[in-house]
Amino acid sequence: MKSAPNPEFEAECIRRILQGEKHLFHDLIRPCERPIYFLLNSLLRNEAEAEDAAQETVIKAYRNLANFRGDSQFRTWVLSIARNEGLGRIRKDQSRREDSLDALMDEQGGDYTPAFLTSWREVPMEALERKELGETLRKAIEGLPAIYRNVLLLRDIEEMDVKETAAALGITEGSVKVRLHRARALLQRDLAPRLKGFAPKRGRLFGWGA
Amino acid sequence: MRIDCKHVWDYISDYIDGEVDAELRAEIDRHLETCELCSAILDSTRNVVVLVADDRVFELPAGFSERLHQRLERELTT
Repeated sequence: MKSAPNPEFEAECIRRILQGEKHLFHDLIRPCERPIYFLLNSLLRNEAEAEDAAQETVIKAYRNLANFRGDSQFRTWVLSIARNEGLGRIRKDQSRREDSLDALMDEQGGDYTPAFLTSWREVPMEALERKELGETLRKAIEGLPAIYRNVLLLRDIEEMDVKETAAALGITEGSVKVRLHRARALLQRDLAPRLKGFAPKRGRLFGWGA
Repeated sequence: MRIDCKHVWDYISDYIDGEVDAELRAEIDRHLETCELCSAILDSTRNVVVLVADDRVFELPAGFSERLHQRLERELTT
């Protein structure tokens, strides 16, 4: 479940936690769990490590809560802690630099020509009941270069806005738009030819079909 | 002025997000009326964007939330 942040609830929660009602931190962090985990999984590309890093992020957020100034959304602040946690772990492991940290810097080049189709029949949401469609989508996203995957994850999967995505990833809003455009173009090119098989069949012999 | 296909592709993402100005949107709409290729590219891109947003595509690992809150509880009670 994706839940939009509620600034009033958060501010009240934070005030009470800092006054000693520590248990409220459980409620405060709950809406952030998904983006924390998926951002870390996107950076670290390892589920077990992403989970460990997510726990570490949440503990750090709790310990540093008094430093949260409220000039950004709470979720944005937590995600920047998650990003630092993820990047810190990548830096420690030199063997991963090539495919992750260095790849985070490269926004240039690439061919963004879309897959050419002459018609498109929409793949309905119900098709996601088929496990293989979810798997196809996940693999395609995991195959994106890291800088594009991170942006797509926050914008299209966690449905955060441009401003919050930029703040969470420490990049400009312009970069968010450019990277999102490229991520979507790469996905369209990769997925469109393969997704055709998930669309409802056209032209039944009698009537319009289901 | 008539815009070409490449120009439309460059703005597909902003178009989907409603972030092109009215003038450009009108030009793209006019182009789409007569260009099957760009219409199919736009429709397929939009379809992909809608599908990946579904919660069933990316699910948290089983027990993730429970383990997280257990660890947090230990922190809160120390």
